[in-house]
Formats: sequence, structure tokens, C-alpha cells
Amino acid sequence: MEDLRFQHNVSARAGGTRRTAIVGVVASGNLEVLVERVLPDAECQLEIKTAAVGFGEVWEAVIADFVERHRPGGLRLSINDGGARPDTVSLRLAQAVRLIEEDEQ
Amino acid sequence: MTAPIKHTVQFPADRARATSFNEASARTRVELLLDAGSFVEFIGPTAREVSPHLKIFDLPEQFDDGIVVGRGRLDGSPVLVAAQEGRFMGGAFGEVHGAKLIGLLRAARALSSIPLLILFDTGGVRLQEANAGELAIAEIMRAVMEARAAGVKVIGLIGGRSGCYGGGGLIAGCCSALAVSEPGRIAVSGPEVIETNRGVEEFDSRDRALVWRTMGGKHRRLLGAADAFTDDTVEGFREAALELLGLVGAFDLDRLKAEQLRLADRLRSFGGCEDAIDIWTAEGIAQAETIPELPADQFIVLANNIGRTSRDAR
Repeated sequence: MEDLRFQHNVSARAGGTRRTAIVGVVASGNLEVLVERVLPDAECQLEIKTAAVGFGEVWEAVIADFVERHRPGGLRLSINDGGARPDTVSLRLAQAVRLIEEDEQ
Repeated sequence: MTAPIKHTVQFPADRARATSFNEASARTRVELLLDAGSFVEFIGPTAREVSPHLKIFDLPEQFDDGIVVGRGRLDGSPVLVAAQEGRFMGGAFGEVHGAKLIGLLRAARALSSIPLLILFDTGGVRLQEANAGELAIAEIMRAVMEARAAGVKVIGLIGGRSGCYGGGGLIAGCCSALAVSEPGRIAVSGPEVIETNRGVEEFDSRDRALVWRTMGGKHRRLLGAADAFTDDTVEGFREAALELLGLVGAFDLDRLKAEQLRLADRLRSFGGCEDAIDIWTAEGIAQAETIPELPADQFIVLANNIGRTSRDAR
């Protein structure tokens, strides 16, 4: 297992009012993303526990792209990864943000 | 490219009808099974109650340890619900996973009037935490019986991709009633386990047709192990759960004795059969070999006519 942490400054607060959301499952080639609205509006943190060791640079690139596209201000994303490919990671991150951007029911 | 994707507006019941129970995640099953928006999770993923054992084996954790527990409403009435995630470690029972179900069952016992639904999807005990997992199975079986004795209806729903194996099969046997779909399998030892221990002549685990007609939902329904059969949709399981909640009676000594008689009679009638098809034939089903291909609606009619289940037993 390898633990990775990333911190980004973000120009905009993520929309919606939900406090938390979760997508995905931890399985081979899959991951879960737990997203919590707990940070100041201009910050975004990602904490990753991954079964695939040695892919820190790929994670860094995927997450930089995610932060730029989705501007997830105020969100902490916690990831348990079962060795997902970068495209799957991007998809789950996008799903997680879309889910938390829904309004509370 | 950057335009937000709009949600298609769909009524929950339509989504439940269109969603395969087998393919859905535990969370989706719970969301669509219960009345819309009614689910409240206990010890959810933000609590991060993860397994204390997996880290030792350098294995990834899941924030809910592979089981979603909580309360909600079913057709307006309160229910407690537990759903295993069959894709995380095969839905297997570990220490935390088991403890969440035990806690829910004990809450049900204390409340005594609110039924509990268990959405099984499990290969059995998680080998990396075998002792804790085995203990959890024993405690869950006891908690199911204690809840039932206190007046709780405990309904098992089985249609997940990991089936209901190992200790999960034992717990299912303790429930007040079970609903199953065709892809739902119920057994204790799985196909590979039987083949490894008893040889390929005893059970060929690569013979999928054999596996399905021996452990699959249709056979379990015809044998009376499952009380209801449903098409593989979340709505189908919702309706089956409601039907079973209406049928389950009081749990007492007479019922246990009736269950013992039912099982003894089953063994007497079919103990000599070599294959599930022999059992179906002995039950008086014409062209029993066509059962695996029978569509769900026709199968349900047939199974209801066979009537293996006893309303007095369990």
C-alpha cells in the first residue's frame, strides 16, 4: 500500500449544499471516493491509499487535471484505491463532485 | 465538454424497475429498495470504521467495511436494513463488517416491532480476519434468533453477484423468510471448495449449469429454502420483501418443531436424489430439465403451485 496526499488552491467553491457523498467500491481496478465539504472555500485536499505502489506522478497529473476541470473548492476527497486505471480515477472523481453538488433533499 | 450533465428526471419506482439487483452496488440497492429519500445510515463512511486487520496484510480498506446499515421506510413503514457490498472482498464478513450487522440486529431486538432486511452478498468469512469473522457469524446467528424471539421479522434478500455462501448461508438459514432471484445462489461450501475437498466427480465447479441448478435461486425456491422468487430487479425484491413481511407469523417453539419436520420430510423425500433435476421430477414437475430456461414469471407460477414452503415452519 502507498499513501499519497495532495493539496491544491482552488478559485471557486464547489456548488450545491450536500455535506458528503461517496461513489465507487474498492475492488480490483476500481476505487471509492469519499468527498466531504469540510475545508475553506479556496482549498482542496486529496488523501489516497492505493494498492498500486509507485504511481505518484500519474496520480499527481490526474488530480491536477481534475482540480482544473471541476474546481472542487472546500472539498476533502478521501480515496481507497484497488489499483484503478487513470481514466477510472478521473471518472470517479467527477462522479463524486457531481454528487456533492446536488442540493440536499 | 464542460457543460454540466443534467440528471434525467425519473421516478424512483421506475428506476427500481429498470435496475438489476445483481449489478447494482449495495448503496444503490438500499436507495432504490426503500421509500425515496428515507434511508438514514448508521456508522456511515465518514465515520471511517475500517477493518483493523487489512492494513497488516497490506490490503486496501473500504470506509464502510463492505456493509451499509441503517433505517428507512418500506411502503411507509419503518424498517432496519443491512446491505453487503459483494464487490469489496467478495462481501466477506470481517470484524467490523460483522459488528455492524450484530449491532443492527440487537437494535432490532430492543425495538422488537420493526422488521429487518438483510441484503446478503457474500462469499462467507474474510480469510484475512478469519477468527474475528467466524465469531461474527456465530454472534449474528444468535442475534438473528434473539431478534426473532423478541418478535422481529428478519427477511433475507439474495440476488447479489457473490451469492450467499459460507457463514452467510448459515445466517440466511436463520432468517424468518428469504427472497431470491435466479442469479442469487445460497449454499455453505462453494463449488470450488466442494471440488477441492471431494473431487471433481463429486462436484465439477467449472460446470456452470450444474452450479446454478444446485445452488441457484430457482432450485432454492423449489426446495422451499427460499420463500419467494423474483425477477432480477430492485423493484422485484422490494415487492417480494413486502409480500414476505405480510406472511411471516410469530416465532415460537411450535414453529421450530414444524421447521424440523419440514426439513426431515425434505431429506426423506429427496435424500436419495443425485441431481437437482431428479428432485424437481420427484416433486412432480413435468419436463423438469426445462426449469433453468423458464422465464421468471412462468417460474413463479410453477413454484407457487409446487408449494414447498410451509407458512407454519421456519
